[in-house]
Amino acid sequence: MILASAPQSLLAATAPQGFLSPTGVEIAFVLVGIATLGAAVITVTTRQLVHAALWLVVALGGLAVEYLLLTAEFIAWVQVLIYVGSVVVLLLFGLMLTRAPIGRSPDADSGNRWVALAVAVASAAALVWVVVDAFRTQWIDLDGAVQGSTEVTGSILFRHWVLPFEALSVLLLAALVGAIVLSRKNGENGENGETEAGAGTEPPTATATETARSVTPDKEQR
Amino acid sequence: MHLAYPAVLSALLFCVGLYGVLARRNAILVLMSVELMLNAVNLNLVAFDVWLRDALHAGQALTLFTIAIAAAEIGIGLAIVLMVYRNRGSSDVDRLRDTAEGHGPGEGPDTDAPEAAPAHTTEAAA
Repeated sequence: MILASAPQSLLAATAPQGFLSPTGVEIAFVLVGIATLGAAVITVTTRQLVHAALWLVVALGGLAVEYLLLTAEFIAWVQVLIYVGSVVVLLLFGLMLTRAPIGRSPDADSGNRWVALAVAVASAAALVWVVVDAFRTQWIDLDGAVQGSTEVTGSILFRHWVLPFEALSVLLLAALVGAIVLSRKNGENGENGETEAGAGTEPPTATATETARSVTPDKEQR
Repeated sequence: MHLAYPAVLSALLFCVGLYGVLARRNAILVLMSVELMLNAVNLNLVAFDVWLRDALHAGQALTLFTIAIAAAEIGIGLAIVLMVYRNRGSSDVDRLRDTAEGHGPGEGPDTDAPEAAPAHTTEAAA
């Protein structure tokens, strides 16, 4: 009986201790998590649009630190490179190009703000309850071999995930081409500008000159 | 580390992003909230990958794929938002009520005149 109850008592002894185990990684994870969550909340609630993008940098950087704490190094640096480096810069460019107001804009939040808050709080309560209830006794073993070093990630990515990787690169290329086509100035050349200029209220002379202008480079290229 | 920490953090981040998507009015802020939701999913994937010690590291591979798809999404999304702004003079998702392009005669003309005038006509039409 003692032998049978030994693992259980050991589990019972480690479980409450481990749940609040003051190891450095857990404390760091919780602290960075609080900072990340706070930055995310400020991102979605601030009334200054540019500040929202800058707080998004804090939130995404905090997530990169969380990846590092979970020993996924490569993903952490990819996060820093792609999200903090390029996505936020793209968002800032988008804010500037749409002439977002600098300073406080009173209409940053729409009218259904309280409905949104209710939905978010309800889903947060449900998700947190389910997650905590489901994984109450599960532990991440962070000791041992590193899970996400560049060597490991490169090995599995090009050994087991080559086909999705290549398909994804084609998708990225298609998305880039699509973004260029969409954000090109309308009416310089191409059918897109012509149809829209025809549909718009622009005088026909401008359309004619633009089509002429768009035809000539083709001839020059030939 | 307890598995509940990253799981709870990602759930809360997801809900913060959900609030942002529902409550924000500027389309670019909506895109930012979508990024937050995608990042919550990424954190979940990484945490469960480390927890399960998957031999194929499916979680980390999918995280990389999600990051790439998010980059593509933000590029396309910003291009669409810029085009809408150029056409309508506003990137306010509350004002974009008609799904048809060039729906009414009062809609904003295209190209380089995103002044206040098309915005007001759109507002008056809506």
